Formats: sequence, structure tokens, C-alpha cells
Amino acid sequence: MPTPTDAAGSEPGAAASSAPTPVIEFVDVEKSFGNNVVLKDLNFQVARGERVTLIGPSGSGKTTILRLVMTLEELTGGYIYIDGQPLTHHKRDGKRVPVSKKEQKRLRTRIGMVFQQFNLFPNMTVLENIIEAPIHVLGRSKKDAIAKAHSLLEQVGLPEKADSHPSSLSGGQQQRVAIARALAMDPEILLLDEVTSALDPEVVDDVLNILREVADTTNVTMLIVTHEMGFARDVSHKVMMFDGGHVVEEGPPDKIFTNPEQERTRKFLSAVLGH
Amino acid sequence: MEFFEDWPQYFEVVINWSDRLMAGLWTTIQLTLFGGLLAFVVAVTLGLLAGSPHRWMRIPARILIEFFRGISLVVLLFWLMFVLPQIWMRNPDLPFRDLVYNTFLLGVIALGVNYGAYGAEAVRASLTTVPSGQWEATTALSMSWPHKMRRIIFPQAWALMLPSLANLWVHLLKGSAIAYIMPFVSDFTAELNQLRRPTDIWFSHAFIGLIVYFLLALILTIFMQALEARAKHKLGRGPSLKEILSPAPKAVVPEGSGVKIADSEQEAAGAGSAPAKPEGGVR
Amino acid sequence: MILNLTQAAEIDDPSMVDEEEVRRSPFWDWDFAFDAFPDIFMAFLEVTLLVTVIGSLLAAVLGLVIAILIMVLPKPLAWLVRWVANFIRMTPIVVQLIFVFWAFVWMDALTIGIIVFGVHYATYMSEVYRAGIESVPRGQWEATTALSMSAGRTWRKVVIPQALRSTVPSLGNYAISMFKDTPFLLVIGVAEMVTVAGERGAPVFRTTEVYTIAGLLFLAASYPTAVLINRLEKRLAYAH
Ligand SMILES: Nc1ncnc2c1ncn2[C@@H]1O[C@H](COP(=O)(O)OP(=O)(O)OP(=O)(O)O)[C@@H](O)[C@H]1O
Ligand SMILES: [Mg+2]
Repeated sequence: MPTPTDAAGSEPGAAASSAPTPVIEFVDVEKSFGNNVVLKDLNFQVARGERVTLIGPSGSGKTTILRLVMTLEELTGGYIYIDGQPLTHHKRDGKRVPVSKKEQKRLRTRIGMVFQQFNLFPNMTVLENIIEAPIHVLGRSKKDAIAKAHSLLEQVGLPEKADSHPSSLSGGQQQRVAIARALAMDPEILLLDEVTSALDPEVVDDVLNILREVADTTNVTMLIVTHEMGFARDVSHKVMMFDGGHVVEEGPPDKIFTNPEQERTRKFLSAVLGH
Repeated sequence: MEFFEDWPQYFEVVINWSDRLMAGLWTTIQLTLFGGLLAFVVAVTLGLLAGSPHRWMRIPARILIEFFRGISLVVLLFWLMFVLPQIWMRNPDLPFRDLVYNTFLLGVIALGVNYGAYGAEAVRASLTTVPSGQWEATTALSMSWPHKMRRIIFPQAWALMLPSLANLWVHLLKGSAIAYIMPFVSDFTAELNQLRRPTDIWFSHAFIGLIVYFLLALILTIFMQALEARAKHKLGRGPSLKEILSPAPKAVVPEGSGVKIADSEQEAAGAGSAPAKPEGGVR
Repeated sequence: MILNLTQAAEIDDPSMVDEEEVRRSPFWDWDFAFDAFPDIFMAFLEVTLLVTVIGSLLAAVLGLVIAILIMVLPKPLAWLVRWVANFIRMTPIVVQLIFVFWAFVWMDALTIGIIVFGVHYATYMSEVYRAGIESVPRGQWEATTALSMSAGRTWRKVVIPQALRSTVPSLGNYAISMFKDTPFLLVIGVAEMVTVAGERGAPVFRTTEVYTIAGLLFLAASYPTAVLINRLEKRLAYAH
């Protein structure tokens, strides 16, 4: 099992205390849907280049955390900082003040996300899916965008599918295109929400291997939600166990998976690992 | 029967009047085309506004939609024809004076605004039917609102809204017949009505009218179905137009005559019968 | 310049209006509005609502008959019924009114109006019923076969009750649609609301009040009904 290469030069899990600004920081985050408080007083940090896996029972709020970072959900309390800059609100005179839409958009271009259901655009070919945002959002030249798209398609093993329509691809192939589409934006932060849950078991490894390679060859910060514990163990520097909107326990994967401190974590792991 | 005895005479009259009938037909076609064009612009504008997350855009759009749908086409027409010009009569210096007296233009506006308001509901509903995952993906790629609308959301909603818009267009064609009561608008129905004078043959002039309107509606429907097939094909669902039209034995021809006129549109029929199942997460 | 069928269809040329007269009179005259309202409202109750209610009932029944005929008749006949229905659906009510008016000259115009509206909208409603009938699961038909139920009993006791429930909102929406189409009746001289409004306004060159009142009455009646139907539709959707 390859040990994760630590791109940030800091020990996994040591981000909280190290001097450089964390690339993601949650401060007293609270998220509720109506009366249902899903996250409360949530504090954690992710260092640049760190790969963090969130585990926990269903409904514990893992997806919600990723969606908050992607600004797909509205933050109802607290603050999220991306590279030290407030993502949705900042604190001024003790009050929460929303940041400008422009500022939010600027930060958002540094974040990419891969969805459980792929969400490729059905009205575009594979290539068009990949180059659309780099050209029209980042302002890259069409030529550069296409060249990059082809090299990414190469990387995800689908060089011949550039002109296909998403509907003609299998689930595994669609997810690989979705990964290429997210990477084409050169994100500093990549959010992966159960990216293999909608796939047939035999193609899961194809997708995971591509993500392993991305992890090995780049220093993109990753926030991962997955039920594939082997994958989590391979790629992450840190595992955080959630329950009831709190971090129950966090630590390096080897420790969490083999020797968790909390009873709650042990129970959860034995349930998902089936022993 | 009288009708069959008089048939030769009747035929002659139609021939004699064919020039005027053709002119009337041309007016009806123009009313349908220009009215349809205006209705489309109104539908897309109000539909996008009504689907906006901002109250200050949504609420005025809703009011306009409900107003122009709720008020009857005929009332709208009379209002434009009799009440609107009074503003110009009171203020003779206002510009565009000629336009207010142009009854053809007023007819186009009444048709466009009335059916456009129905169409707005179809546009709004079809936007909410685009899966929330598509909206989320555009956010994850930091696309601006105009960009995602133009390139991602609208093209997908397009295929969904086309059947409703097609039905509305046929409704508009049928509604345009009322324009014959307007002075100076000699559309097909008006010219037919003129025919009654020399013929004196009961109901046959109207029967001709029914057939011509039916043919027009049929042409509209087929055209819109071709558009819909093309839109679906672009989303990777269904065969391309070429495949449909090719005479190959495997061609996918809808059952029966090849034309589906099943008018299962409900959204044309009143407020809020949106076909959509809203999926939330829309921004 | 137009040959009018009746007095009612006579539309004044707006440019013939005496502009001086208009300029001297107020844009809106409350006294006249209150004066004209009762007549317009009576026409609304006596003609517009009457045609809508009876026409909708007729359409609801006839629509079901058409839908069932198309399903049970042998192929060529069903095909014929379907295309006659398509024909009626795809042609203007205005022309249909004129056609029937001259085909059945002895008939009273109001009756003709109700029949034409009823038949025209029946062709729409038959589509709604068809969709409703098609949404009855296959298993239900198979169950009636397994129970050796007669065809008539199957339709009456199993299919129609299930098909009808989901069709109620659509039928309501078509009723609203018909309501807003009733002014078309002016082409055959029925004194419906808009005609009466015009008759009240024309002699005194006052059109603002009467047509505004007519429009507001349409809004006031159709919008709340539409909202109610929308609620009903949502409730039915949840019930499934
Ligand atoms: N849009 C929403 N509206 C209301 N409640 C929501 C919404 N999204 C999530 N929730 C609630 O928030 C809680 C956390 O949901 P979330 O999807 O984040 O859980 P999760 O940890 O990702 O679970 P899973 O492992 O099943 O994906 C759940 O109780 C869920 O019901
Ligand atoms: Mg989840």
C-alpha cells in the first residue's frame, strides 16, 4: 500500500497547528434545514495538498459539508474560509456580513466537484462538456482548452470518446469524463461525494485508480466522502469520523481504521467493513 | 340535399373569390407568425423571470402572467383597440400615433401577449424540470447565470417546453380567427364571411374555412414535432430527423398517420397546471 | 366594410370616434362605471357563466364517451372518431360557431354556443380521459379478466373510477379556458358579457369603463378558480 505523498510537507493531521493558512477552514459552522439542525459548532481545517476523507453513518452531514464548500447550500451559521478568505460571510464588528457575489465566484473557481450522479451535460459532447467552463469561465483559449481536454481524456482512459454523447457512455465512463471535466478547471480543491456509489461494482476500481493517480501526481487538496474504505486508506492523509453533526474522531487512516479510540467509530467501521 | 345541388355554383364562387380568400389566408398566416414570434419572446422573458430566485423579478412576472392569462383574449383585443388610442387622442403629441391605429399590429400584440403568458408558464415549468444536478454542476463549474441558462439549462428545457409551445401555437392560430371582427384586418375568416353574400349557400363557406384552418394547424404541428425530435436528438434521446424522415424500413414513424396530435397539454388550459415535478435546488 | 353576422359583431372603427369628444371627457368616469356594472354583471351570470357551466358538463360527459369509443370501437371506426375529434380540436371555435349557426339557422344562438363549446372542449377532455385510462395499471385489467368480470362492469367499476380521479384538475383547467373563450360568442350575436359591455359603452363613446369591468370580472372569476384547482392537483399528487 503506497503511503500518501505529503505534498504540503506537513505531517498528515498536523495541519491545525502548522503555520501556513489552511486551504479550507470551518469555524463554528452551523447548518440547518428548517428546524433540522444537521451541523452544529463544527470546526476543522484542511491544509494545502491534504487529502481528507469524511466517514460516518448515513445522514450525519458528510454530503452537506461538501455542498457547503461548493456553495450549493446556504450556510446558516458560522464561517467558512478558503485559503484564509471568507467564502460566504465574514465577521465584522461581531456580525455576520455576506461577502460579495463577485468575491464568492472568484473563490468558487478554485473549487471543483465530482458528483455521485455524474451530472454531465446531455446537450453537449464529451469534449464540449470538458472545455465549456475553461473557455467561458476561466477565459482560456479554445485551442489550449481542447489540448488540455484531450490530455485529460487520455489520463482517464477515454481518448476515443471526445466526440461521443454522454448518453452513449456507461456509468463508469461518464464518471471518468466528469472527473476530467472537474480537473480541466485546475481546481486547488477537489470535492468527491461518493463518486462510485452509482456505479456497477466491476467498474468501481477503474474510477478509483484514476483518482489514486490524480492523488499521486498532483497536490490538489481533496475532500472525499466514500464508502470504499480501502481507497480512503490509500489516498487520504486524514480521516474524520462524523456523527450527529460533530467530528467524533480524526486521525491518520492507519490509526482510525485499525485502532480507533472511540467506541462509536469502532461500531461504525465494523458495520461497514462487515466484521 | 341543397348542398349537393348547389355544389357547382358554390365551386364557381370560390374560384371567383380565390384571390381575396388567398389574401385573407395570407393575413391569417401573418397573424399567426408574428403573433407566435411575439408570444415566444414574451413566454421566454416572463418564464425566465418567473423562475428567478429573486422576489423582485419573480413577483412582477407572476402578476403579468396571471393578468394576461386571466383576462380574455377578446377583452384584451377590445382594450387595445378602444381604450389604448384614447391616450393618444388626449395627448396628440405622443409618438407612435400611427401604430396605435394599426389594427393588425394590435391584433398581433393581443395574440402575442395572451398566448405568451400561457407560454411563460410552460417555460417556467420546463426550467424546473431540468434536474437539480444540472444546476449544481453549473455552479460547481462557476458558470454565470446567463452562461448556464444559454448553454446548459435552456437547451435542456427546450425539448421539454416544445410540445406545450406547439400546442399554444395551434391555439394562437385558432384564436387569430377572432381578428376578423376588427376593422381593417381582413383575415381568412373575414374574407370567408364575405363569401356568404354572393353564395347564399348555407354553411358551406364556413366549412371551407374549417378545412383550411385544419390544414394550417396540421402543418404547424408537424413542423413543431420535427423541432421536438431534433431537440431530443441533441440531448441524446431519440433518433435524428434524418433517421426519422429516411424511408428505410426501420424508420421510427409514430403509430398511425405519423403525426401525433394528441393534445394532452394542460398548461394551456389554465393557471398552474404545470407538468413539472419541481426538484428543488434551483438557483 | 365587414359583413357582420349580427348587430353584436359590429365593431366601430376606432378612428371614427370623435376625438374632440374624447378629449373633453374624463378617461375614467366612476358614475358611468357604477351605472354600467349591473348590466355587465347580469350578462356575466346569465350568459357567460351559464355557457361555461353547461358547456363544461357537456364536454366532460361527451369527452368520456369519445375516449371510450376510441378505445373500444374496431380500428377503422376508432380511427375515424379520432380524426373527427382532431379536426374539431384543431379548428377555431369562431369558425365552428359560424358554421353551426348557418347550418342550423332555426336553432337559438345560445343553444348553438353551448353545443359548440361543449363539443369543442369534449375533444380536449377526451385526451385527458385517454391519458387517465392509460394510467390504470395493466394489473387491474388482468385482475378483472381473472375474475371474469364483464367488459361493461370492468369499465364502470374498475377503470373509470380510477381514471377519473387524476383527470379532475385538467377538466377544471379546461373549464376555465372555456370561460375565457365565451366572448367568441359575439360572432353569432349572443349577448354575452363583452358584447353587453360594448353595447353599454358604444352609444356614449365610453369604452374604458365597460371593457375594464369585463376584464376584471374575468380575472376575478378565473384566477381564484385556477388557484383552487392547482391546490386540488397538488393534493391529488400527494395522495398517490
Ligand atoms: N435539501 C435538504 N432539505 C432538508 N434536509 C436535508 C437536505 N439535505 C440534507 N438534509 C438532511 O441533512 C442531514 C444530512 O444529510 P447528508 O446528505 O449531508 O448526509 P450524509 O452524511 O451525506 O448521508 P449519506 O451517507 O446517506 O449520503 C440528513 O438528515 C438529511 O435529511
Ligand atoms: Mg451523502
